[in-house]
This record gives sequence, C-alpha cells and structure tokens, in this order.
Amino acid sequence: MLRYLAKRLGMSLIILLGVTVITFGLTYLVPADPVAMIAGRNSTAETRELIRRQLGLDRPLAEQYVRYVTRLAQGDLGRSYARKTDVGDLIVSRLPATLLLMLGAIVAELLIGIPVGIYAATRRGKGSDKAAMIASLIGVSAPQFVVGLTLLYVFAYLLGWLPLGGYGTLAHLVLPAVTLGIAGGGWYSRMMRSAMIDVLRQDYIRTARAKGVGERRIILKHGLRNAILPIVAMVGIDIGIFMSGAVVVESVFGWPGIGQLTWQAIQGLDIPVIMGVTTLAAAFIILGNLVADLLAPAIDPRIRIR
Amino acid sequence: MESVWRRFCKDRAAVFGLTAVGITVAAALCAPWLAPFDPNEQFFDGLTIEGSPLPPSARFWFGTDTLGRDQLSRVLHGAGTSLLIGILANGVAVLIGTMLGVTAGYLRGWVGMVIMRFTDLMMAFPALLLGIALAALLKPSLFIVALVIALVNWVQVARVIYSETLALAERDFIEAARAIGAGPSRVLSRHLLPHLLPTVFVYGTLGISTTVLYEATLSFLGVGVQPPTPSWGKMIFESQSYYLTAPWLVFIPGFAILVVSLGFNLVGDGLRDALDPTQRGRR
Repeated sequence: MLRYLAKRLGMSLIILLGVTVITFGLTYLVPADPVAMIAGRNSTAETRELIRRQLGLDRPLAEQYVRYVTRLAQGDLGRSYARKTDVGDLIVSRLPATLLLMLGAIVAELLIGIPVGIYAATRRGKGSDKAAMIASLIGVSAPQFVVGLTLLYVFAYLLGWLPLGGYGTLAHLVLPAVTLGIAGGGWYSRMMRSAMIDVLRQDYIRTARAKGVGERRIILKHGLRNAILPIVAMVGIDIGIFMSGAVVVESVFGWPGIGQLTWQAIQGLDIPVIMGVTTLAAAFIILGNLVADLLAPAIDPRIRIR
Repeated sequence: MESVWRRFCKDRAAVFGLTAVGITVAAALCAPWLAPFDPNEQFFDGLTIEGSPLPPSARFWFGTDTLGRDQLSRVLHGAGTSLLIGILANGVAVLIGTMLGVTAGYLRGWVGMVIMRFTDLMMAFPALLLGIALAALLKPSLFIVALVIALVNWVQVARVIYSETLALAERDFIEAARAIGAGPSRVLSRHLLPHLLPTVFVYGTLGISTTVLYEATLSFLGVGVQPPTPSWGKMIFESQSYYLTAPWLVFIPGFAILVVSLGFNLVGDGLRDALDPTQRGRR
C-alpha cells in the first residue's frame, strides 16, 4: 500500500512537472509581449526595458523556468501583471465561489445521472430506456452556454423563480449547478446504465434473486454498489476540471469563481495568472484521479491495491 | 459492409441523426442559394425605431440580429463554419491519435512508454482552458481554431487505439504475418490498421460532435473565428446581452448547434452498434 502510494505520488509529481513545462513553453511561445501590455501604449522604450528586467523576462528561458518551478515548489505562484497581487491570493479569494459551484454541480450530476441510468438499465431495450438514453445524449450534445441561457430565460425571466445570475444565496447556485449537471449527468447516466447492465447479469445477482431478495434491494444494494465505480472515477476527474473553473457557466451567470478570474487573465494576457490556474487545475485533476483510485477498494473490496 | 448498413438503418435514432447531419451538410453547401439575403447586409428596416432586433416575421423568418442582419441567412452560412471546423479539427485529432496510439501499442518499449506518458500528461490538462488560452493568444483564423481544437482532442483517440493495438498485436494472425517475414510497416498497414478502422470510424464521427461544441464554445467566449466569418457560437456571443428581449437570437443558433452535435453523436452511437453487434444495447 505504502509502496503503491509512493509510486503513484512520484508519477503524479513527474506529470505535474511536465504540465509546468508545457504551460511555461506555451505562454512564452505566444506572439504577444506582456511587457507592452503592462507598460501601456504610451510607454517609452526605457520603461519597458526596466519592467522587463524587473520581471526577469530578460533572462534566458531555461533560467526563467527553473526560477518559476523553484518558487512553485515553495507555494509561490508569482504575481499578477494586471492586479499587482499574488496569484495565490487571487486564486484563494475565488476559492469559495468555485468550491460551492463544484459541489453543486457534482450533486446535480449525480442526482440526474444515477437515477436515469438505473431507470434505463432496469428497462433495457424498452421504449422508456431509449427515451432516457436519447435525453442523456441531448444533455451531452447541448452547448453549456445555450443550456444556461435557456434556463435563465425560463426560470429566472419568465417564471421569476430564481435570480438572474449573480452570487450570494443558495438560490443563485441552482441554475449554474443544474447547467453543469445536465451535461455531466448525461455522461453519468450512460455510464451508470452500461455498468448496471453488466452487474445485473452477474451470478451473485441471480443468487440474490433466488434467495428472494426484493428487486428494489437488489438494484440499490447489490447493483449500485458494484456499478458505481466508474462514476466515482469520473467524479474524481470532474473535481479537477471544475476546480479550474467552469469558464463558460461562470461567464453566463456572472459567477465570481476561478473560471472568471482565468477568463479575465486570458483577455488581459496576465500570464502568471494563466500559468497559476492551469498548474493548479492540473494538480487537482491528478489529485482527483489519485483519490478516486484510492477510494476504489473501499467501495469494491475485490479491488486490491498493489 | 452491407450488413453494417442494414443494421445501422434499423436503428431509428441513428437514422434520425444521419438525417440531421445530412440536412446540415445540405444547408452548408447550398447556403449561397438557400439564404434569402446576404448574411452580412445590414438592413435599414432590420431594426425597430429604437434600434432593437426584429422578431421572426414573414420577411425575416428567424428575425434580425443586433445589427439588423437577417438571422436565417446567418444561420445557414454558419453551418459551413461549424461543419468545416468540426470535421477538420476532428480529422486531425483522429489522425494524430491513431498514429500515436498504433505506434505506442505496436512498438511498445520505450517509444510506447514515452508516448503514453505524454498522453497522461495531456489528460491532466484542463482541455478547455488550454484551448481558450491558445485561441485567445493566437488571434485565430478558421484553420488555427481547428488546429487548436485538434491539439487538445487527440488524447482520447490515442488511448483507445493504443489499448486496441495492444490486444490485436497479441493475436495469431499478426504473429503469422510476422513469421512469414512481413516487416513492421507492412504488418501495420496491411494487418493492424484494417482491424482498427471500425474504431477510427466511430471516433471519427463521435468526435465531430465534441469539436463542433468546442468551436461553438470558443466562439461564444469571443476567441473563435473572427468576423465576418459567421459562426453560431459567435452569433450567440454577439447577442448575449439582448437575450431577455430578443431570445430568438440565442435559441435559434443554439438549437442549430444542438442538432448538429446530437446528430453526430447519434450517428456515432449507431455506427458503433452496427459495427459490433455483440455489444448491441449495452452501451
């Protein structure tokens, strides 16, 4: 167990290092000069040169990279060009909104995906199964911003049940979370259905049925526990993805999370912020994967960690 | 091949998807003749006196946009952008993914290791974020958008093709081909690739749905194709602030994106079931 953990952690660190190389390389290969953006249009060449030297942008690329990674290892994500504050602080200030949206979105995904998947699996091949699967596919195929704007139009504007975007109360969370949940729930229900169909033809299910266990109990106790594993793995990945901010949904609903921060940083070419968020998101995606793998044996004792 | 087609046709959802795709392709190809107006012409009578867009009417079937342009013409012309980027980007992604996946799966060893670790690395990237950053920084033309999308979308294909190649390489007919003296390139092109083709086709179709959505999303964020190229995502981006008073500006292009994306998904699902009847109904 410990050896496995050490090996996985080592691998994760190497991947993370690779992520920093790519992020760093991309932001410096880009044909745009951040110094010109900081200094403004009317700056003199001397000012620009001074800023360049202050930021260390005149040093060789390799040196800049090593300095970046060394600071990163100490938890220093650098300073934002545009806001003149620590990138770490900026991200932390957006964390509550992002975590809340992430939580809401995952709950919505699970609440949509699992029941629909189970329903379809138990009615396999019937019309209701097909309808459920096509509904899931529509959820997967619909662009998030259209879903978001449609929900806003119907539930906030026409019906007036929920606020027209913004952040603050639980009511503000409902529509953004459901928007994310519709797409994720579509994937989850498709996965849940196929996993459940596989499980329901196992011998132990037949044994349980022969013993006279009720169908409800078979599905919820024996079936769900065995079929939920791929969903757990997906949630692990989703945590990482939502951590990097749901750029589209946050922009539609005016949600002040990490996605909005990133989006503003991209528009303003605020490279330290872009690099910081990308690296952090990658770290969370890697971590989410790791946690899902480590949770697997707790859910399914047949899986042993080597 | 014929039985695949017959099985495909029995799947009503797949046929519906194919119809949706077909209509979109026709709309894209015939847009110059089908469209009632020039998509970039700003009509004097295309706005109300206060300067708001017009709702759907007999003259402008889908209404007009915030600049008084005919939305029907713009939606028709946008089909081409969406399909072109979707197909191009996914084609490149499937090509990269297949080549890397086959190479890694067939050669294994350190080459395979390096390739697969690199896909692990790409999996850890927040793909949308990467795409947005790249697109924003490169000020994209249509081809750059397609390329950016391809660069973040090949990973899934590479993984699937890799594991299929691994399994295929163990089979007797590959061993036999090698035993009678076929070199690696011959084994790859004559024996391995034909068996991978169904998977390539399925991903070649399903992936278009993803890339179409991706293009729409980039355009919605304002970092997709630049004007005057019409794009459905861009149309929604431009009229976003009017959506409460002029919802048709969001719903009509949005519905078009949904139809294309759903269509390719349905065709891809149907293709997978038709190509592999033993899996039918399980996925």
